[in-house]
Amino acid sequence: MRPVAFDYIRPDSVEEAWQALADDDDATVLGGGQSLIPVLRFRLAAPTTLVDLGAIEALKQIREDGEDLVIGAMATHHAVAHDPLVRAHASVLAQAAASVADPQIRYRGTVGGALAHADPAGDIAPAALALDATVEITGPDGTRTVPARDFFEDYFTTDLQPGELLSALRVPKHTGWGMHYEKFSPAAQSWAIVAVAAAVRTEDGTVAEARLGMANMGAVPLRAPAAEQALAGRPTHGPATGEAAARAGEDTDPPSDLGGTPEYRRHLAGVLAGRAVQTACGAAGAVEG
Amino acid sequence: MASRTQTISLTVDGVRYTDDVEPRLLLVQYLREVLGKTGTVVGCDTTNCGACTVLVDGRGIKSCTMLAVEADGHEVTTIEGLSANGELHPLQRAFNTCHALQCGFCTPGMIMQSASLLADNPDPSEEEVRHGLEGNLCRCTGYQNIVAAVRQAAAETAGHASSPASGSEATQ
Amino acid sequence: MTIMEERQAEIGRPRPRKEDARLITGRSRYTDNITLPGMLHLAMVRSPLARARITGIDTSAAASAPGVVQVLTGADLAAEQGSMPNAWPITPEQKTPPHPAVAVDTVNFAGEIVAVVIARSAAAARDASELIDVDYEDLPVVTDLATAARDEEVIHPDLGTNRSATWVFDSAQAGTGGDVEEALANSEVVIERTFTQQRLIPAFMEPRSTVVDPTGEQITMWSATQIPHVLRVMLALTLGVPESKLRVIAPDVGGGFGGKLQVTPEEVITLLAARRVGKPCKYTETRSETMMGAHHGRDQLQTLRLGANRDGTVTGLDVRLLADMGAYLGLITSGIPILGAFMYNGIYKFSAYRFECTNVFTNKVWTDAYRGAGRPEATFAIERMMDELATELGMDPIEVRRKNWIAHEEFPFTTVASLEYDSGNYEAATDKALELFDYEGLRAEQRRRRESGDPVQLGIGVSTFTEMCGLAPSRVLGALDYGAGGWEYAQVRVLPTGNVEVVTGVSPHGQGHVTAWSQIVADRLGVPFENVEVLYGDTQVAQRGMDTYGSRSLAVGGMAVVAATDKVVEKAKQVAAHMLEAATEDIEFSGGQFSVRGTDQGVSFNDVALATFAAHDLPDGFEPSLDSDATFDPENFSFPHGTHLAAMEVDTETGQVRVHKYVCVDDVGHVINPLIVDGQVHGGLAQGIAQALFEEAIYDESGTLLTGSFTEYLVPSAPDLPEFTVDRTYTPATTNVLGVKGVGEAGTIASTPAIVNGILDAIRHLGVEDVPMPCSPSRVWNAIQQARTSGQQAPEPEVAP
Repeated sequence: MRPVAFDYIRPDSVEEAWQALADDDDATVLGGGQSLIPVLRFRLAAPTTLVDLGAIEALKQIREDGEDLVIGAMATHHAVAHDPLVRAHASVLAQAAASVADPQIRYRGTVGGALAHADPAGDIAPAALALDATVEITGPDGTRTVPARDFFEDYFTTDLQPGELLSALRVPKHTGWGMHYEKFSPAAQSWAIVAVAAAVRTEDGTVAEARLGMANMGAVPLRAPAAEQALAGRPTHGPATGEAAARAGEDTDPPSDLGGTPEYRRHLAGVLAGRAVQTACGAAGAVEG
Repeated sequence: MASRTQTISLTVDGVRYTDDVEPRLLLVQYLREVLGKTGTVVGCDTTNCGACTVLVDGRGIKSCTMLAVEADGHEVTTIEGLSANGELHPLQRAFNTCHALQCGFCTPGMIMQSASLLADNPDPSEEEVRHGLEGNLCRCTGYQNIVAAVRQAAAETAGHASSPASGSEATQ
Repeated sequence: MTIMEERQAEIGRPRPRKEDARLITGRSRYTDNITLPGMLHLAMVRSPLARARITGIDTSAAASAPGVVQVLTGADLAAEQGSMPNAWPITPEQKTPPHPAVAVDTVNFAGEIVAVVIARSAAAARDASELIDVDYEDLPVVTDLATAARDEEVIHPDLGTNRSATWVFDSAQAGTGGDVEEALANSEVVIERTFTQQRLIPAFMEPRSTVVDPTGEQITMWSATQIPHVLRVMLALTLGVPESKLRVIAPDVGGGFGGKLQVTPEEVITLLAARRVGKPCKYTETRSETMMGAHHGRDQLQTLRLGANRDGTVTGLDVRLLADMGAYLGLITSGIPILGAFMYNGIYKFSAYRFECTNVFTNKVWTDAYRGAGRPEATFAIERMMDELATELGMDPIEVRRKNWIAHEEFPFTTVASLEYDSGNYEAATDKALELFDYEGLRAEQRRRRESGDPVQLGIGVSTFTEMCGLAPSRVLGALDYGAGGWEYAQVRVLPTGNVEVVTGVSPHGQGHVTAWSQIVADRLGVPFENVEVLYGDTQVAQRGMDTYGSRSLAVGGMAVVAATDKVVEKAKQVAAHMLEAATEDIEFSGGQFSVRGTDQGVSFNDVALATFAAHDLPDGFEPSLDSDATFDPENFSFPHGTHLAAMEVDTETGQVRVHKYVCVDDVGHVINPLIVDGQVHGGLAQGIAQALFEEAIYDESGTLLTGSFTEYLVPSAPDLPEFTVDRTYTPATTNVLGVKGVGEAGTIASTPAIVNGILDAIRHLGVEDVPMPCSPSRVWNAIQQARTSGQQAPEPEVAP
């Protein structure tokens, strides 16, 4: 419960944050702290400086930018879950944010922090994948964007380079799509054993396009290409979507741990994908009329 | 490595404090060790149990997972600041009358998180209360009376006219 | 002076608790809240290895680190730390390894303490603890119970075996029944099953904390303990400190559940450290340290053979246990399985029983009491076996139980395990539970889901339990070689104003004794509930006591309060008689009024209290005090019982399990405070359900605890549990005048088998015969998969349950 001592800097701007990171090679960015502070308490990491982004108002905003929503990295899970824009155009992200950990953590924890922490069991990434979102990264050399599906490299490892900040998640508006987040955990407090975020566009009672993002099915959050392809063209009612979605676990190498075996996870992915898609189709159908 | 201390100014339970603290000091340690506010307790080291929940700017957060320096400029309310003018908060009364505590260790966090929950949702269903408290562990009560207490406090707050005599069996 | 109007009885009234006032306002007094002038802080260095020889410890860097006062190792303390006590050698031959508070030569579980830092702040102690360099030489690790029992690797070489002791009860030898082998041989059906009672972590919410102040005439210890009195005497015996120079205080204690029924290395170390440096010292563990270093519970392998005839009549039961002690024997580690030995027959009256338990060492933290302590294991086994028998015979599980339980007119009943059950009414509790549950309606729903192939199947779990509470008659404990008696102490002090102070030897840590004792005393002395103060938890205030565990506080401690109160009344009658100029024999006492029989003359309790205080005009030779004390030794255990019914939903596609409905009807005898009793039941249910569904302490092969935090060890939170329907029947205990039995463990004992029986009932038709606890989604799914792939469809029972 006593971290190793560190210095603390609370910049007011992104530029000052870059400078603070440049000044100390062992500096770490503090977002909402809901993953980092537990790590520090256990002394699993010992940065010499924490650069707290909490005072940079620009990073907390959730706004429209043409056909996209831009969700600032420091927007909390609570804010995302309740934001009218997110709920209207990317509801699965709101749903995923609302299922992160518990209410207290959702008040502090941030979307950017969760993405940068890159726990493969995290809730935000599957939704970001299902929405074809991109991650905005800024550094002294400028801003670059990385598709969410390329951002995650390995367990707790991302494309973020030293000195860079994850500044926002850019989400294309999915107005009229049906979406659903299906999280399966052994107890309310637990991380997901497997979770599936589904985004489905329907036309005339069939699936026109489906995207699935999955948590805890490998070292990084994954899409489910075989199931997505199989879903296209299926009637939204009846068992067809479930059969197609059951392929979600194909070609995955999920972990084996106290939550279950790889075989169990692959099975669960199929079941949860089927349920997520069916609910999503229902939502899309309601919009379609 | 010894780090520089930093000066923070914040309001805790209505009182303004200015202190020099090490950046590594957790908010809960600041409350307990610097301010002597031992009403807020620590039950785990993984941000699971919620016993240390306090309100920061009116929102329930886990004070073991926030640095004291992060609270600079903010307003903190602990279990010790919940009752006003000697009058128990409706949640405190309800926890007593519904027997929503046994050993009492989770109680500060439960009450503070319940306050946060009711601020968001003044009339929660049983299921909403259970989910609203999913970040708080209790080993004594099986949660049944806690859920009842939160709903009773909600009802009492909604029907503000209810007479104070309804708590006549409450602790003196 | 006239008789007052009839006052409302306090006993039976749902009084909100007096204790709550400070706890709901943050004025709590947990040990970690204590700060003394000049207080120093301890940090422990714990072994990361489960078994190793310590070949060297370099403390020099730590000793010179900022703020450090002293660093201690096992070698430094070897001469004074003694060996941690085991108070229950279950056989004369029991093998008990030495157990130093700080390891000296070897470590035997991951988390064992190897060094201690004393520093000016908790942060400085923690910083310095990282600078201590310990060299270990790995030794082979044995974590599996059955493997350890084979002695291929002996953990404590000086003992020559991992088998600490074997304890046997045989009804043929005890004269309480027949020979079990003969009974099984003559049975039409013999069912054999093996169950694993997984290792559990008590997970009280307050991590343990100890503060020791050695600066006064006495050494004062505050500790988060259930047992201040036992702790004091054991510390004196272990360390050679004069008992009279030790004062132990259990201030507010944040839950125990048996987990704080211990004399801990951390308490010994804090005392020794404080004595060495001559300053107050505090040690508060982190949750991770609690998980790895505080004792665990359960951890038994049960092999059972149950004999029966085709009509459902049980003929005999053979029980063989392997019980995992962990690396050492804690305070009552060895006796925990023995507490279960008397309960495997449950509420049934079969006539042949044999129990054999072998206690075995492994390289894990030691086990000891956890809510129910031996009795949940026994109840789980017999209640699971009764369902297995029902399945085997195609009978309804309720019918099988009816066929075998002790009928209410048969009490008192001496069981095959040698206990005398004084009272009970299993029929009444079961009938009430079935009605509240809508048993027939849920059976119909179960059939409907089965016929339609619903992916979410429904099952009904039954558990009809009893337990032995009110630990314990001292003679019985003596016969079991336990190191102490089972009496309890109380003192009632009458203040000049008529207010009453009650001193109790039990040590509440959430149970509401202050409120319940106030209700008892208010009724017996006719004083207002509010005017009773209850004092406890400090050996200087409550000078005698046996503390709180084993659902004993009310049935034993409450009875001591009654006995002391009765003595007060007897004394007060003499004063009242003198004041009323009547004979003592003619004085009646009721509702706080002393009156002369057959007249309207009377004096109040307050009048008598004041007259006694003034002492101006008392009977000749009367000692001017009404204060009285009493020590109560129960003549028998008490036997609460109940019927618990669980409707369980199992999602056969995912293995997810949900409690659809839970009804329990408990019979705990007379109830002092229904609000408190309901609360005890709720909390007990939560823990029993947690064993069935969520919790397990898991070690890997190297002896590392994989479930070392609440992230992996799944203590249920509010959404994981249902709303319980809790009701009661009232069959008073006949062995105490309050008619009370005890309620602290009932919910925990009864619920685990009800849940597992319900899960199996939901998926047995798919071919599933068992799911090991905890019945996690993956385990349930695996069991269904295995049954499906093996293709063995269970035969349809002739009579659908």
